[in-house]
Amino acid sequence: MVKVFIYPSNSLILSDLVDRFGHEPLAMMQEIGKNIRTAGLDSPPINITPEDPKRGLKYAAVEVPAGVRGRMSLLGPLLEEAEAGIIVKEPDISFGCMGCARTNELINFLVRAKKIPLLELNYPNTEEDAKTFVYRIREFLDGLSASGTGKGDE
Amino acid sequence: MGKENLVKIAQLSCGSVYSGIQQEIEMAAGMVDAEIIYPEITIDDVKVVQEEFGLQVASPDLRLMMARAKALVDGKVRADAVLIATCFRCAEGALVRNEIRRYIHENSKLPVISYSFTERTTAATLLTRLEALTTTARRRSLLAREHQEGLTAGIDSGSTTTKAVIMKDDKVVGTGWVPTVKVMESATEALDNAMKEAGITRDDIQALGVTGYGRFLIGEEFKASLIQEEITVNSKGAVYLAGFQKGQATVIDIGGMDNKAISVQDGIPGMFTMGGICAGASGRFLEMTAKRLGVDITELGALAVKGMRENVEMNSYCIVFGIQSLVNSLAKGSSADDVAAAACFSVVEQVFMQQLQEVEVKEPLIMVGGSALIAGVPRAMEKLLQIKVTVPPYAQYIGAVGAALLASGFINK
Repeated sequence: MVKVFIYPSNSLILSDLVDRFGHEPLAMMQEIGKNIRTAGLDSPPINITPEDPKRGLKYAAVEVPAGVRGRMSLLGPLLEEAEAGIIVKEPDISFGCMGCARTNELINFLVRAKKIPLLELNYPNTEEDAKTFVYRIREFLDGLSASGTGKGDE
Repeated sequence: MGKENLVKIAQLSCGSVYSGIQQEIEMAAGMVDAEIIYPEITIDDVKVVQEEFGLQVASPDLRLMMARAKALVDGKVRADAVLIATCFRCAEGALVRNEIRRYIHENSKLPVISYSFTERTTAATLLTRLEALTTTARRRSLLAREHQEGLTAGIDSGSTTTKAVIMKDDKVVGTGWVPTVKVMESATEALDNAMKEAGITRDDIQALGVTGYGRFLIGEEFKASLIQEEITVNSKGAVYLAGFQKGQATVIDIGGMDNKAISVQDGIPGMFTMGGICAGASGRFLEMTAKRLGVDITELGALAVKGMRENVEMNSYCIVFGIQSLVNSLAKGSSADDVAAAACFSVVEQVFMQQLQEVEVKEPLIMVGGSALIAGVPRAMEKLLQIKVTVPPYAQYIGAVGAALLASGFINK
């Protein structure tokens, strides 16, 4: 099983595909989920705590907008864990919200810079494209298992 | 603050959740009896909004903001006021924030406040802004008042000085100006002085309005008809005194403790910033300079106008290091004129860097507050911005005049 970072990072479809094909998706939802379920937060559910933008400084400098740093505090640790990645280019907003373009630019760059197995796909606009889209994801994920990528490979 | 009608504030924002300040926004709203709502829209609305707006942006959350703004303007969602907020330092966010604010302003009657936040934004920072927003929503008809009627009084209980005016039929007939020591005593003294000058007694006053830091305390004690934060009051007072009640204007108030820069439309505040952490950018710095030069604060302006600020090397705007620079310059032989000019310029430059970057500066630019009377200050602002600065009569009584003007709406109520 390989840890696969997905972009858009909260895409339920990508997350589900990675999971179905036997790998572990690294998605935003699980990180937000931890925050929401953590006992002791003043007024749950809140996606991040006021401390998070400070933690985000590890990934983006102080002159970067606070919202980018807050997002990076959730996504940064996932990127560190990532053993493979799937990036969908120019996705539709309903495919998974990628709210801040600056964060998106940074995380796409960081995934590419990590030199891990990476699949970059265009967002499908027709049914035929969608079938190819799913096929290519499956092929990529199957390849990860076959090539033995990832420390936790089965 | 007593319970008032619930105001529905539509929040149009990008990044507030991930900056960790959403709960602060909601807390501040609760303090002013307001409820934050998020206008609902469909995904299709988001898809087409860029074409309709003519503004293409990369961030989907900014597109969402535009779609929500359109839903408000189209009347699909009901709200009483709008809060527009994006991350400080995001250029794309700043563009959208400005355009949405303008769009709502031009196409609806909704009061709008826009703000760029950092992760350190707290409910306390937002409180005056939301107070101004909700008051504008609740009292729009009051803010439309263009004339002062009857005999009314206004008190501005500021952090450094307390000002009072008596007004009668659109004229200031009495003024009082005292340093703020004890809030109540200073207010009483200022009002007594104003009444004495006007030749009236407390019983003659038909309505009283109060504003400034001490507004809640003095408002309660004096049983004021109007207790209002200084943003709306100063905006109204400034355009009233300067004769620009219609159209756009920018109001700058360099106070003893904090500065306000307000973008005004028809006398109603739109965007504004309040700064006050750094004493180097305030009236306090000018007071210290005057003291060091051995002149009265009222003489500083005349000196500054004669001086050349370029002759003085100022390495810092900090009140400590700034004064040190001025002292060093004096020791090297700089003239008092040049030092006064440098002090005025440094205050103005810091206001420009810290505050005017966030507010749209549109002519006429009206400078108010005691510092506006130090001639070197508006002169330095004119040089820096390359636009004409208007200093209206009674500029130092701006809050008290605004309060007296608005209070006249309460006569016979």
